[in-house]
Amino acid sequence: MAALDELGVAYTEAMADPAFTAELSRLLTTYAGRATPITDATRLSEHAGGARILLKREDLTHTGSHKINNVLGQALLTVRMGKKRLIAETGAGQHGVATATAAALFGLECTIYMGEEDTRRQALNVARMKMLGAEVVPVTAGTKTLKDAINEAFRDWVTTVDDTHYLFGTVAGPHPFPALVRDFQKVVGEEARAQVLALTGRLPDAVTACVGGGSNAIGIFTAFLPDNSVRLYGFEAGGDGVATGRHAATLSAGTRGVLHGARTYVLQDSDGQTLASHSISAGLDYPGVGPEHAWLAETGRVTYLPITDSEAMDAFLLLARTEGIIPAIESAHALAGTLHLGRQLGPDAVVLVSLSGRGDKDVDTAAAWFNLESSPTGVR
Amino acid sequence: MTAMPATFAPSKLNQTLARCKAEGRAALIGYLPACFPTPDRGIAVLQALVEGGVDAIEVGLPYSDPVLEGPTIARSHDVALRAGSTTARVLSAVQAVAATGVPTVVMTYWNPVERYGVERFAADLAAAGGCGLITPDLLPDEAEPWVEASDAHGLDRIFVVAPSSTDRRLAMTARYCRGFIYAASVMGVTGTRAQTSSLAPGLVGRIRATTDLPVGVGLGVSNADQAAEVAGYADAVIVGSAFVRRVLEARGPADEAVAVRTLAAELAAGVRRR
Repeated sequence: MAALDELGVAYTEAMADPAFTAELSRLLTTYAGRATPITDATRLSEHAGGARILLKREDLTHTGSHKINNVLGQALLTVRMGKKRLIAETGAGQHGVATATAAALFGLECTIYMGEEDTRRQALNVARMKMLGAEVVPVTAGTKTLKDAINEAFRDWVTTVDDTHYLFGTVAGPHPFPALVRDFQKVVGEEARAQVLALTGRLPDAVTACVGGGSNAIGIFTAFLPDNSVRLYGFEAGGDGVATGRHAATLSAGTRGVLHGARTYVLQDSDGQTLASHSISAGLDYPGVGPEHAWLAETGRVTYLPITDSEAMDAFLLLARTEGIIPAIESAHALAGTLHLGRQLGPDAVVLVSLSGRGDKDVDTAAAWFNLESSPTGVR
Repeated sequence: MTAMPATFAPSKLNQTLARCKAEGRAALIGYLPACFPTPDRGIAVLQALVEGGVDAIEVGLPYSDPVLEGPTIARSHDVALRAGSTTARVLSAVQAVAATGVPTVVMTYWNPVERYGVERFAADLAAAGGCGLITPDLLPDEAEPWVEASDAHGLDRIFVVAPSSTDRRLAMTARYCRGFIYAASVMGVTGTRAQTSSLAPGLVGRIRATTDLPVGVGLGVSNADQAAEVAGYADAVIVGSAFVRRVLEARGPADEAVAVRTLAAELAAGVRRR
């Protein structure tokens, strides 16, 4: 509690300090590669009822996903608080890689907690983190995925809080993390809104993103929240299908509860025990969701829908073959939802998609899914 | 803002703590999760705590995400859940233990209580003979439904403070506590430690400057010497991981009950040492 209060105070002071915001802005430009472009996905659009699809290219940032935006902000805050060590949880490994990167950049020690199951399916990112000098701790408790990695990181933090900052990666967890992470991610939507206006002369009809904890979604949605004409869609991991129970679609199928210090929606049983989630995408495989998303769902401002593993993988391959972009499987959920949406909205519509990350880390999963090794072009 | 708690006649737990104080010693509170290692054997080991001489019992409600527990207790929650722990079975265990006459409180993360229904949980806990709840992940200033339900059913309300808690938060937390206030003696998760905490006496001193409530100190105690040391400055010595470890290391039901009873007796002697 004291550490969270300390963080909240440090954050408020930092954001009011022009030197801090200028340094963050400089890093985002010269190190992370912002602003990221929007790409007009004209060939993909043929598969989406002709709707114009604009991709916000967070995959082109340094380290390959939107995670770097939040990480650079919190790493600067860590230095400002005088702490010497970073810890973080990671699911897909993108947040872990970004955190390990910032630790190297600022000369901080770094420990990353990652579910054992995820270290296997995202082995490339484990190797990257180690190369960057981070210690990667595989978590064998519970479901061996993101939820359990968060538990372990909290256990570390309560012991080491004097010299360690827990660099939380998503808009979940205890206050002030949901607000702080949102504020470091909202640059995505601020840029994209201006870019869409400049390119098309109008606001998009819809903005879409994938939602696990929900950081890229909050990042792209926030700038559009006051624009009532813009429909917002969050696509959750539907796994094998919500009806099968093997999914991570917290807002579609969860109930109100408390998880990791946030009151939100949770996949839980009738006794309040957290259920194991399932998704082909490690980054969406979380049985909770950011509390602001729970609020946006309840107020109806954002529509949340599940996308199955199979739909996401089809969209993954489709983007690769129509636009020459291999997306993260997480982002492929947003693409799959956008294809459905485009067909509903028709050829006059403009849909902005958060392409939150690139898919290099997913090549093993995709190769197995599409049977690429035994077929020249891949057939499932 | 939550309404300020009502005042009550001393609970059974308070009477026990007062009796120990009158004897010139700290109380010994033993913790084990319910349904550990199985629902039936869990009741037997909880009863073994009583036979060994603990003054009060803390029954853990096993939870899927026990973030504040070290590896030993976290594993016991996992074992209990796999063995079929449910909230209803935890309440049955409370009933069985409370029937021995020893004050029994439940230690639980908040989500299972909320899912069960706060008012319903309070009613069923009181009906089972439980004295109250220890809620490590519930902030008193966000606990209005529990404050109301615990008042309505005369249950003790034990919140947790840590060495990092500010004086302001200590004072605020103490105002909401009833029964005792739980001082986590180290910065860290639960688990036995070779040495007791150097931070604990200072924390207890800061708590005593703000409240007359009894102070229970937990985290790290595993043997009679440590119990005696903590008893030198606390009103209650709380032991959990050491009991859990005895159960995990035991060779079957008879052995685990003996191991728990033996450790409880050693620690009970520790808190009586002069």
